[in-house]
Amino acid sequence: MRGVYTIWLRETLRFVRNKSRLVGSMGMPLFFLLFMGTGIGSVIGDSAGGGYTQFMAPGVLGMMLLFGSVFSGLNVVFDKQFGFMKEMLVAPISREAIVLGKALGGATAAMLQAVILLALVYAFGVLEFNVVSLALLIPVMFLISVGFVCVGVAFASKLDDPHGFQLIMNFLIMPLFFLSTAFFPLDNLPPWLKTLSLLDPLTYGVDAMRSILVGQAAFPLWVDVAVLAGFSTLAVLVGARLFKDMKL
Amino acid sequence: MMGSTIVEIRSLTKRFGKLTAVDAMNLDIQEGEIFGLLGPNGAGKTTTISMLSTTLAPTSGKALVARHDVVREQDAVRGAIGIVFQGQSLDTELTAYENLDFHARLYAVGDKETRIKEMLELVGLHKNRDTLVKNFSGGMKRRLEIARGLLHKPKVLFLDEPTLGLDPQTRRHIWEYVKRINREDGVTILLTTHYMEEADYLCGGVAIIDYGRIISLDEPQKLKSRLGETVLDFHVSDADAFCGLLKKNKCKTKKSAVGGRVQVVSSDGEELLPKLVSLAERNGVQVKGVSMHSSTLEDVFMQLTGRTIRDEAGNEKETLRQRFRAMEAKR
Ligand SMILES: Nc1ncnc2c1ncn2[C@@H]1O[C@H](COP(=O)(O)OP(=O)(O)OP(=O)(O)O)[C@@H](O)[C@H]1O
Ligand SMILES: [Mg+2]
Repeated sequence: MRGVYTIWLRETLRFVRNKSRLVGSMGMPLFFLLFMGTGIGSVIGDSAGGGYTQFMAPGVLGMMLLFGSVFSGLNVVFDKQFGFMKEMLVAPISREAIVLGKALGGATAAMLQAVILLALVYAFGVLEFNVVSLALLIPVMFLISVGFVCVGVAFASKLDDPHGFQLIMNFLIMPLFFLSTAFFPLDNLPPWLKTLSLLDPLTYGVDAMRSILVGQAAFPLWVDVAVLAGFSTLAVLVGARLFKDMKL
Repeated sequence: MMGSTIVEIRSLTKRFGKLTAVDAMNLDIQEGEIFGLLGPNGAGKTTTISMLSTTLAPTSGKALVARHDVVREQDAVRGAIGIVFQGQSLDTELTAYENLDFHARLYAVGDKETRIKEMLELVGLHKNRDTLVKNFSGGMKRRLEIARGLLHKPKVLFLDEPTLGLDPQTRRHIWEYVKRINREDGVTILLTTHYMEEADYLCGGVAIIDYGRIISLDEPQKLKSRLGETVLDFHVSDADAFCGLLKKNKCKTKKSAVGGRVQVVSSDGEELLPKLVSLAERNGVQVKGVSMHSSTLEDVFMQLTGRTIRDEAGNEKETLRQRFRAMEAKR
């Protein structure tokens, strides 16, 4: 426990200190919302009551969580490269505690980013929500980010080169993002695309957030949450396993 | 419990594929001593330390640190040791204080504020407490790493090339801290180095290792006296001929040749020197230069392996590492 907290504390401290990363990470989601949302919305018209931008907002939130989470695996690669990993590995704490601390730290960072984005979206009047929806949203965001942080950690345990990590992660992230129903509903997709979307854990994350924020959903909320919980648990286990086998 | 064995190494072996980095090593280190592992680049020093500090699994053999098995009782071993790694291992985005605070939390150090203050004062960094480590010089980083290694009062402290790439003055300072913590807190210290003078100055016992094997084990004084009091370094026109002459004249000498250089070891160097010079001249070997000095661990290494410790193939690696350190220092 002590170990988990200490690792979390460092991750969070580093994140809070790194203002440029925080500001920079806001750029892409906002551009997506503003340009893509308005642009595509103007083509397809008012499809879903609140407009396309509103439909897209939970998807962009999902994108923020996905990117923020997976790239916190980069910290593991840097820790290896700059030697700090050794300091953690010789400490009298378990490997599991390190992974858990990293997962929670990465999730905290990703969720902070998402909450700021949410506040901006709210300020622009794209979405309206209340305390209840926020209370539902936080655990969903937590499951999404813990899961994807561990995906990042799993890859980071095997990779030593930050550039290589970033390249591989882009390969992974882009399909996850585009398949996640962030931009289009699941209903009318051709079967092959629908199957792929159903295999993407982020689909359930976006669906859950959409059902909480916009009131539209492909699945009942509990299904989304159950799938997300399963995914996160699996990701933590796999991440911890690969981290344990890591070679310095 | 002075005098009891605190590090016990038995047939410890590590292979990387075909390469045997540590080869059936046996070694005992007594509580309270400063022990040196001395060897050239690639000798297996870091690999040994990694196994002792539980970050690398041995291929075979076993080792006990503070009476705990490094494979089966990793947590107990980790709690009992402190380590200063060969490479950098600080979080450069954090301040000196934050690095120590992180460590104190990981090791559940009691009264951590007092302890952190003490350690920063020991290594003279209390004024830089809140500076980001990325703004530290190489020497300051090293001192901080030593402070960190000691923070949780380990029973055994591993120092892997603690003064590599540092200027002579900083090196002196670090030697003083090392002596002091050993004397005042009774911390057992295992240090690796390829600086002969470092081992000579600090260590009560020295193991010289080469290709993963201990080739000599003794107190620095005894190693040196076994060799002889004085060393004559000859620079001659024909080393082979000169060696032949030495052999024929049955000088009580040991020799090894590197280029045109021949080293002669003897207990009465002052008398021997003029004799050997005239012997050489008479037989048509030109003596280009001679120097005489009392023997050092460097000479011991030369005698044992036929090579000097510094002009190794590993030098390339060394240069790279120094450059890397310089880069890190700038970062
Ligand atoms: N992870 C590894 N995989 C393969 N070979 C390795 C690995 N680590 C070390 N070696 C090899 O094992 C040998 C011993 O390396 P080690 O780092 O222990 O030497 P050292 O005595 O610490 O040298 P130096 O003075 O350069 O630090 C070297 O030949 C090195 O190339
Ligand atoms: Mg080494």
